[in-house]
Amino acid sequence: MELDFSRGVHYWWALLPEIVLCIWGMGVLIVGVSKRHRQSGEDATGDPTLSGAADLGWLALFGVLGAAFANGWLYGVHEVGSGGMIAVDRFRLFANWILLGAAALTILISFAYVYRQRLQAGEFYGLILLATAGMMFMAAARDLIVIFLGLEVMSVGVYALTAFNRRDRKSAEAGLKYFLLGAFATGFLLYGIALVYGATGSTNVAAIGASVSAGTATPGLLAIGIAMLTIGFGFKVAAVPFHMWTPDVYEGAPAPVTAFMSSAVKAAAFVAFLRVIVVAFPEADDVWYPIVWWLAALTMVAANLMALVQSNVKRMLAYSSIAHAGYLLVAITASNTNAAAGLLFYLLVYTLMNTGAFAIVIGVAHQAEERLQVEDYAGFGWAQPLLGVSLTIFLLSLAGFPGTGGFMGKIYLLQGAADAEQWRLAVILVLATVASYWYYLRIAWFMWMKNPAKPDQHALVVAPLPMQLALIVSVALVLYTGLFPSAALDFARASVAGLGALVP
Amino acid sequence: MITEAIVLSAILFVIGTFGVLVRRNAIIMFLCIELQLNAVNVAFVAFSNLFGIDGQIFVFFVMTVAAAEAAVGLAIIISIFRHYESVDVGSFNLLKW
Repeated sequence: MELDFSRGVHYWWALLPEIVLCIWGMGVLIVGVSKRHRQSGEDATGDPTLSGAADLGWLALFGVLGAAFANGWLYGVHEVGSGGMIAVDRFRLFANWILLGAAALTILISFAYVYRQRLQAGEFYGLILLATAGMMFMAAARDLIVIFLGLEVMSVGVYALTAFNRRDRKSAEAGLKYFLLGAFATGFLLYGIALVYGATGSTNVAAIGASVSAGTATPGLLAIGIAMLTIGFGFKVAAVPFHMWTPDVYEGAPAPVTAFMSSAVKAAAFVAFLRVIVVAFPEADDVWYPIVWWLAALTMVAANLMALVQSNVKRMLAYSSIAHAGYLLVAITASNTNAAAGLLFYLLVYTLMNTGAFAIVIGVAHQAEERLQVEDYAGFGWAQPLLGVSLTIFLLSLAGFPGTGGFMGKIYLLQGAADAEQWRLAVILVLATVASYWYYLRIAWFMWMKNPAKPDQHALVVAPLPMQLALIVSVALVLYTGLFPSAALDFARASVAGLGALVP
Repeated sequence: MITEAIVLSAILFVIGTFGVLVRRNAIIMFLCIELQLNAVNVAFVAFSNLFGIDGQIFVFFVMTVAAAEAAVGLAIIISIFRHYESVDVGSFNLLKW
């Protein structure tokens, strides 16, 4: 099918996955309201997979599946002409796979948590679907207005999700911190957009790029605008020094939401950032390049050092998530084909391994917010071998051991950095990775080498069927991308082919 | 005329930024963020004088989004007040900043 954006009706086709998710999200909300009184009492069975909350979870999962079908259908579509506000390119569709995958995994690992914590399932799953739709708008945006709207749809949904557990003080506190700093960051991003608009006279990223390379842009306004845009994105991807909110928010938010934030929100922000950088500002690299270079270097060094001293596993994973943002920023500084493909590949693998690790953290915490210290993992591997092996695989992959997807992802990021002759960043990346072995392997060491404080300490750890499903998928894909990376990498390389002024 | 408007918007933005960084009351911080967004609106209206209608349309989007953000933000502030009887961000420290 051919899409021509001069006809407004064709936007409906181009936005089919987002529209499916939005409508389905609202549907889940409505069904949730009508189910509320049934779900308020304890279920007779006590089985989380049979409760009213679980019905809504499966319903939401069908919405993600529907959006995934629509996304697959878009592969058969191509645009004629140009000037649309929505991209219909492979880059967007690959990003959509990552975002939909993150949403599906989050829903799968949250069933028992939502049930145990008695969260309002309709709102919880509805907000996840709507926030995912916002992220997909960011991935699709060819116009700064659309990026801003997508970012806000995502952020407002995630603010609410962070503060979702209203009985928990920490959740409310995390929500407030995330909201204040997130809105602050949005102010910077918007002022950046306003100044770039003032400098170039357009909000369309391609038109901005044309104006910048033709030299018609006002230099001063453009420089300040790009700097502020970069700061705004830096907040969203949690780059040092704009990371202050991250550990608190990730620690306080409900654990499935933390998994969602650290994978999907980050992926969406990086995808939009990369598109803006390579399409709009390839000629203005004297402005953004030093900023992003320092952000990447500082993020990799500082986050890994701070992660070394954490004893709370959720907080440690928060710092690890900041560190991974640093590795991904290396790909943005390089901004060539290999780096962009590496970024997509790494985001895919990171989503799988991070969500998988959080799934087991939720299990060990008894589907609640307790038992989050490293000592609570003592002897866990021998008590629950399957979960222990899965967590070990995720940790090794996060650390970047050969044979896992995380290793191949780092190799591709390094390759991108080498193509751009970013030797210093490449060295920092390798050294930071070596430092990160310590805190990832410490958990594995506690799991396999220490005896539990009480012999039956891990007897109550359960992984219900949906969580098992998520774990199987994540482990399989992390190992597959680690052992046979070429298929996923070729797919990622084909996806970035038409992106813009990528240095080959 | 446009220069004056841009200077005004920059001043508003700086006041908002300082407010967020200096004040400790969550509602005042939120109002300072709104001030930042309105600085953005002034800038857009001024620039759209040069470049056509796009900037003014953007202002409508910013206002709509600010309203949605206010709804969620005030709900979060109410929820925190129920727990702590205070909206001073210095007064709760379960999580270190």
